[in-house]
Amino acid sequence: MKPMRFPPPQRHRTALFRAPVAPALIVAAAALTLVFISPAAAQDNVSKSEADAKLRYCEVCHGAAAQGFHGYYPIPRLAGQPTEYLKNQLQAFVEHRRTSNIMFNVGHVLSPAMINALTTDFNQLNPKPLGGAPKQDLDEGKKIFDNGVAGTNVPPCASCHGPQAKGNGPFPRLAGQLYDYITNKLTNWDKERGQNPSSPDTSAVMQPIAHSLTQPQIKAVAAYLSYLE
Amino acid sequence: MRNNGASLAIAIVLCCVFFAASAHGENLAVRNCTWCHGGGASGYPPAPALAGQRPLYVEKQLAYFHARTRDNPFARQYMWGAARNIDGESARNLALYFASLPPRAANDGVPNLVGVGRTIYQEGMPEANIVACVVCHGPNAEGIRDIPRLGGLDYSYLKRRLEQWNEGYHAAAGPPMISIASKLSGDQIEALASYLSFVK
Amino acid sequence: MRALKPLRIEGTPEARLRPAIWKLTDVRLRVGLAALVATLFFVGAVSAQHRIGPSGDIAAKISYCKDCHGVSAQGYNGYFPIPRLAGQQPVYLQNQLRAFIEHRRTNNIMFNVAHSLSPAMVDALATHFASLHPPPIGGAPRQKVATGRKIFEDGMPEVNIAACAACHGPDATGSGQIPRLAGQLYPYLIKTLNNWDKERGRNPTVPDASAIMSPVAHSLNRSQIEAVAAFVSTLR
Repeated sequence: MKPMRFPPPQRHRTALFRAPVAPALIVAAAALTLVFISPAAAQDNVSKSEADAKLRYCEVCHGAAAQGFHGYYPIPRLAGQPTEYLKNQLQAFVEHRRTSNIMFNVGHVLSPAMINALTTDFNQLNPKPLGGAPKQDLDEGKKIFDNGVAGTNVPPCASCHGPQAKGNGPFPRLAGQLYDYITNKLTNWDKERGQNPSSPDTSAVMQPIAHSLTQPQIKAVAAYLSYLE
Repeated sequence: MRNNGASLAIAIVLCCVFFAASAHGENLAVRNCTWCHGGGASGYPPAPALAGQRPLYVEKQLAYFHARTRDNPFARQYMWGAARNIDGESARNLALYFASLPPRAANDGVPNLVGVGRTIYQEGMPEANIVACVVCHGPNAEGIRDIPRLGGLDYSYLKRRLEQWNEGYHAAAGPPMISIASKLSGDQIEALASYLSFVK
Repeated sequence: MRALKPLRIEGTPEARLRPAIWKLTDVRLRVGLAALVATLFFVGAVSAQHRIGPSGDIAAKISYCKDCHGVSAQGYNGYFPIPRLAGQQPVYLQNQLRAFIEHRRTNNIMFNVAHSLSPAMVDALATHFASLHPPPIGGAPRQKVATGRKIFEDGMPEVNIAACAACHGPDATGSGQIPRLAGQLYPYLIKTLNNWDKERGRNPTVPDASAIMSPVAHSLNRSQIEAVAAFVSTLR
């Protein structure tokens, strides 16, 4: 084999500036090309396969296409959730403002890039609602959703969550959410959310509302929402 | 001198007998067993084959015989005495030895019952609440751990054991065997015993 | 109490042979006694339906199941490990029996067992087994339990392993269609997790709930499977 030939050592100071400019330009050009061609350009360092694997992992509990699942606890639908809401919740879990041991474990290993990828994916999923809620109070639930409860602290839910309960920005989508998840959360709002009194968060908004709703009202509105597509 | 000669002769004969006995790889302790259980421990009815039997099972049965727990008629008549001086390590060694011997099928069942026997063994009879023996005793009836090999045991032994559990000889029965035996009819017992006697 | 005319048999030699009760001469006593007997009979017949423990066909079938699954359905290490049914979620048991029948879960023995069961029998069996609470038969290596607890309760999010507790519950008692794992046999759990797709979800045109576990089973390596199996096998 012919020995490799190296260029002779540079002896002059100016040699430092005679960097291999052409190869560097080529590499830079290639990198930039890749960055702009790749669809994950904005996500910088999460590969599609990593993001897919993480998504499948989330779906183990949150159900196929993240439609939600009746585990030991009701595990909520993530499909169609606004990305801002999802990111806020993941952050809340990690900062223990929202207490869930399992979700803390899930959340604290996620990089920002991964969070971006996941929340985008969830937002774009659109499976049918899981269903199964009792159907006798759907009209009552719709009335509460559209009009609130007169004479109480309960405004129309639609005013923040949207007329079709699809949410927006920091306000979660409620359409198609699990019946027993909604009832559970509304009934136990303070037990899980806003758990860091020195760091109050947007969950405080729901507190007076959750407290003002009676159990039958909670069940009615939860049942109504659970069937919305 | 004559007495010395006779003693020498007797000694030589005894030595020959001893060496003859151990020439088959069997020491005297094992000979005590194979007198009844057959050369190579392959069985000599009514004594069942021990060759290839699960060692934990043999060890357990020897303990039951030693403690006089297992109470079927031949156990009383033969095995209680035979196991009087066998326990602990000697039981374990014997069990391991017999387990190492190659099993031989008795092939003495009723041939035209084999089909039914195979069905009961491999599939059970759910409508009659009879479980499939294979689940515990294995696909070739070879057993595992303290669950005995049934494959190749002789027809009359298998038949009698199943009948004995129905006759009330319950002590030392394996966990579900009394319940299982109570559901088997005489025909089914004969079918099972026939099938198993042919299984290698 | 006005006495009736004495019965004809009284005072005759046959009287000795008659039951003493026939000597009752007062009609109220006779009627009262008859009523009492009838009531007891009726109560006995009714309570026979409701007494703790099933009767007849169901009892025979339960005994048959227990021949393999253990005297209190605690499971048994046969040639194949036979799972614990005691304390199992009834909906899960019913689903599995149906899965065997429909060959969505392939097991020849259990197909034979299940395909002759009526729906009423399936319900009765599931209810009965759910009510049993024997201690676990144990036997798993103890040194694996701590790791198994960690995987079970917290999952391993860095490698995308979900926390089993999220669905199976913090005590592994399951819920609805999600099975109880507490006290399940160590070798049965290992075999099941290692061979998930070989036995479950076998009808591609009829996907079933077992599909949820497929990625989970695949994400666990052998030693993680053994650890989590060891842990849940100790739970009561």
